[in-house]
Amino acid sequence: MDIIKKMNIYDILKQRIVILDGAMGTMIQRHKLEEADFRNEALANHTYPLKGNNDLLSITRPEIIKGIHRLYFEAGADIVETNTFSGTTIAQADYHLEHLVDDINFYSAKIAREVADEMTAKEPHKPRFVAGAMGPTNRTLSISPDVNDPGYRATTFDELVKAYKQQAIKLIEGGVDILLIETIFDTLNAKAALYAVDEVFEEIGKHYPVMISGTITDASGRTLSGQTTEAFLISMQHALLMSIGLNCALGASALRPYLQVMATHSPFFVSAYPNAGLPNEFGQYDESPTAMAKQVEEFCKEGLVNILGGCCGTTPDHIKAIADMASNYSPRELHSVSGI
Amino acid sequence: MNKDYTLRLSGLEPLVITKDTNFVNVGERTNVTGSKMFLRLIREGNFEEALAVARQQVEGGAQIIDINMDEGMIDGVESMVRFLNLIASEPDISRVPIMIDSSKWEIIEAGLKCVQGKCVVNSISMKGGEEEFIRQAKIVKRFGAAVIVMLFDEKGQADNYERRIEIAERAYRILTEKVHFPAGDIIFDPNIFPVATGMEEHRKNAIDFFNGTKWIKENLPGAKISGGVSNVSFSFRGNDKVREAMHSAFLFHAINHGMDMGIVNPSQLEVYSEIDKELLEHVEDVLLDRRDDATERLLELAERVKGKGKENIIDEEWRKGTVEERLSHALIKGIVEFIEADTEEARLKYDRPLHVIEGPLMAGMNVVGDLFGVGKMFLPQVVKSARVMKKAVAILMPYMEEEKRKTGNMTTNQGRILMATVKGDVHDIGKNIVGVVLACNNYEIIDIGVMVPADKILEVAIRENVDVIGLSGLITPSLDEMVHVAKEMERLGMKIPLLIGGATTSRAHTAVKIDPVYSGPVVHVLDASKSVPVAASLISVDQREATEKKFKAEYEQFRIDYKNRKKDKNSVDLKKARANKIPVSFDNIFAPKFLGTKVFDNFPLEELRQRIDWTPFFLTWELVGRYPAIFNDEIIGVESKKLFDDANKMLDKVINEKLLTARGVIGFYEANSNGDDVIISNNGQPTTFNYLRQQGEKADGQPYLCLADFVAPKESGKQDYLGMFAVTAGIGIEPLVEAFEKDHDDYNSIMIKAIADRLAEAFAEKMHELVRTEYWGFAPNEQLTDDEIIREKYNSIRPAPGYPACPDHTEKRKLFDVLHAEENAGIILTENFAMYPASSVSGFYFANDASKYFAVGKIQKDQVEEYAKRKNVSIEYVEKWMAPNLGYDN
Repeated sequence: MDIIKKMNIYDILKQRIVILDGAMGTMIQRHKLEEADFRNEALANHTYPLKGNNDLLSITRPEIIKGIHRLYFEAGADIVETNTFSGTTIAQADYHLEHLVDDINFYSAKIAREVADEMTAKEPHKPRFVAGAMGPTNRTLSISPDVNDPGYRATTFDELVKAYKQQAIKLIEGGVDILLIETIFDTLNAKAALYAVDEVFEEIGKHYPVMISGTITDASGRTLSGQTTEAFLISMQHALLMSIGLNCALGASALRPYLQVMATHSPFFVSAYPNAGLPNEFGQYDESPTAMAKQVEEFCKEGLVNILGGCCGTTPDHIKAIADMASNYSPRELHSVSGI
Repeated sequence: MNKDYTLRLSGLEPLVITKDTNFVNVGERTNVTGSKMFLRLIREGNFEEALAVARQQVEGGAQIIDINMDEGMIDGVESMVRFLNLIASEPDISRVPIMIDSSKWEIIEAGLKCVQGKCVVNSISMKGGEEEFIRQAKIVKRFGAAVIVMLFDEKGQADNYERRIEIAERAYRILTEKVHFPAGDIIFDPNIFPVATGMEEHRKNAIDFFNGTKWIKENLPGAKISGGVSNVSFSFRGNDKVREAMHSAFLFHAINHGMDMGIVNPSQLEVYSEIDKELLEHVEDVLLDRRDDATERLLELAERVKGKGKENIIDEEWRKGTVEERLSHALIKGIVEFIEADTEEARLKYDRPLHVIEGPLMAGMNVVGDLFGVGKMFLPQVVKSARVMKKAVAILMPYMEEEKRKTGNMTTNQGRILMATVKGDVHDIGKNIVGVVLACNNYEIIDIGVMVPADKILEVAIRENVDVIGLSGLITPSLDEMVHVAKEMERLGMKIPLLIGGATTSRAHTAVKIDPVYSGPVVHVLDASKSVPVAASLISVDQREATEKKFKAEYEQFRIDYKNRKKDKNSVDLKKARANKIPVSFDNIFAPKFLGTKVFDNFPLEELRQRIDWTPFFLTWELVGRYPAIFNDEIIGVESKKLFDDANKMLDKVINEKLLTARGVIGFYEANSNGDDVIISNNGQPTTFNYLRQQGEKADGQPYLCLADFVAPKESGKQDYLGMFAVTAGIGIEPLVEAFEKDHDDYNSIMIKAIADRLAEAFAEKMHELVRTEYWGFAPNEQLTDDEIIREKYNSIRPAPGYPACPDHTEKRKLFDVLHAEENAGIILTENFAMYPASSVSGFYFANDASKYFAVGKIQKDQVEEYAKRKNVSIEYVEKWMAPNLGYDN
């Protein structure tokens, strides 16, 4: 912890391209887990199936999650994301596990913290960081799930703020360095997350760096809720962000034009963690580490990014290839870092 | 470090306001305090039309839309939330940023929770003290919105220069220092107050605003200025000419002093440079407080020009200008009276006739195009301008031909566009309107009319070397014909852009069915105003490639989304749908007064006139609003009224001189249903009408409807009846249209068609009434007002083949045969089942009390296969004609 305080993440970001980890889900799949792995004593009699609720593994199989974090750090990641993509009451409602949300976030943060500290102790010249992952939830504030009633909404801004607040508080208690609001397909959801995080900071009297990562869903270059990249950036720009960027949905080459928009207009650091290509007909991502690193290299050549990592389908091998490649390039220069 | 004071807003798309940005115009019609029509719509819960108002604003050029729900009779929070949520589903509207306008904080906060883009809060102030001001500003900041600050404090509104400065400075300091609000996101509203009120203390109202604005811009870095302009002319209500002059003079000075954005009604705005010199001087004397007697002098002048709004001054003053000025005036105002003499004068003045077109005429039309583009002129005005242009060009044409003969060809237009209504379809009002609007923008239009087969379209396109082909159609079979044209273009290796338009066309159909078969660009054009930018970007050498790519990508994506969406729509199999019919009682079957047909020739047009539903008439001219409330609309009211007056003048002429003939036939037949069919007996001759049943999944207990359900089944043992009709009001229209076209008068050519359409619909309505009260006679004592009839407040229905309840156009053939509609009503059916004359209506009468309109919607393969068997046609035939209704990939 002391070392981290000495070496501020902002200082590192000014010096070099910072590496984020790769996919958690892809790595969990390798363990071929069964229903029993998602249960512990307390959950032995839970009536609903829990298999697939990956966030739960931070409690029931923490050694697996820790192992994945360790592999990513060893591959060259500076930051790993906590295993909390679905760690809100809204997302956990699918499994009827709203009551475990506090534990999921706290323990996920705690185990990631442990691995980060262990690695930092081993390599003091390269401090490792933990980003608390806050996913989009499975509800949208700008889109009606009912085609017959476009004015209907399945959730409210206030409900989302409440859920995100709970998640952020526990992630911070568990020891994260950064909060990462990610895979944003509806900007209004992300606004609720920013609103929640801002309230939390005010309440605890301390600010943490915030990363924002949106998702361009298709070749139209827009988010699912219809915004262009620039409109998305403008809608998020009121918060003092550490970085803003794009992840998921597209492979690296398809992401490039939108990343260019982001790099041109963003007053913050810019991040990108694309998928390992697009899923094949079996739903698997099969872009090789070398192929992906080669595409991501274009971002570096053009000076578009400060933070690089991987999303769906990426593995420690991908992260290693990207980290090795990125070490040859300088980070994107900031036009003007507002505030900090 | 350089401070960034750019005001960045966003809807789905960004709006970036820098110091170099022109005045930003905020749409103000979606405001219940400012628009009676909008208030009525919200109060009635008619959100669909309320959305149309918003859309019209955006299409009319509003860069931000202001939304206000502050009215005692409505639940402000609920209405704001509902409206904003609905807007979020309309990309055409939500592309621009929203301005959430309320004096109630809870409405603002509720609104902020619904908007994903960076919006503007309108407004907060220090009226309730510093603490509340800070609290609200912090919340606005947390939502990431910009804010309008009214210059108001604990002591009241800032009403002079000093108070404006004092409050603005204080608010700015609090916001930037205590709240850390970004300075560039602060917008001051320095209060626009009325001038020339006669009160001494109001003399400086305008000039204090100007100077206050200037001071704020110079001393409070980053701050922006906004305001509601119409307030300034409050004392001249009812005197449009003075108000319009005052608004534009005020804006002119306010913008020069630094005003960035504002709420302005474009129809209440004269062009600054066109304000009468004397009036302008008097207005500016008042605004700038230049003379002690400024108010008296303006009031006196106002008396003289009273009642002469910019729309209806009969002012011959303009005749004194130069020939260029006169031509420009005639084009902008759509005045044909003097065009021959003026054109001739210009021809003699210029070296070559072409120079008259390229010079003064095009200059005038460019102004018209620009004003239309920003929503300051409306379609009927543009069409009138085009009429003036066409006449002028017609006068010059012989001289140009002569010159061409001597010197060789020379064209200078933007590009050539071929327009056609496809084979089997006869409707052309929309196509003609698009043609006129494009012609106004200097495109050469080659219009080859209606019912044009694909080979003819392509032959002309190649021969004339056109830049774009535009296809139009109104009936659903035309969709297939368009696909066919596109396939032919592909086969011939053509690359030119294809524009698709007309009532039945859609972005969905264009994306899913037409775009994939043609490798060149295909674009669906929503309406006339959209056609110009689309054509321009497709023809422009610089933009063409990017535009093509953009549309191809957009449609590709649409197909993917469409496919995914389609999967979500559940359907039930035909068996289940049939098992859940609507329960209908056949205890009160009423026998018609006669069986067989009855013909009506020369039906009195006066009687039809009172049945006309005018609302769709205005829609034809792209004026959106309900009749008669449309006349009160602040933006389109005046033009709507003028259009209405012109229409009535023409109706008078049509009726007095018997220019059109209304003819129709009705028939009643013994009938029983047999499954989803209805079998009628016509003098013992059976004819089977086949109907379709809904298959889209419904909630439990909801019936799956089919028209046959409204007729007693054979097995009930009860004798039931089916009625049918075919009426037209278009007999005799060709020579009228021809005469207008010969006279280059698109305005009246479109007008007569639109009127004939309305008369035909009125005829169907009137006939239905006669059927209910007299000929079938099941409602002899019906007492309904004209309005109730137009709103269909009666029992029984008259669905038309090809429309939602019975979407199969091919059934029209049987209906025509039974009625002998060709001989009896003079209506011809084309090979694609369009009726000619176009102003015709046909359909069935169902008398059962339970009968109601519905949409069949998507049908599944099981029904298509069975339906084909029932009709004794191939499955492919059904799939071809029912393509828009197929719920599966074909």
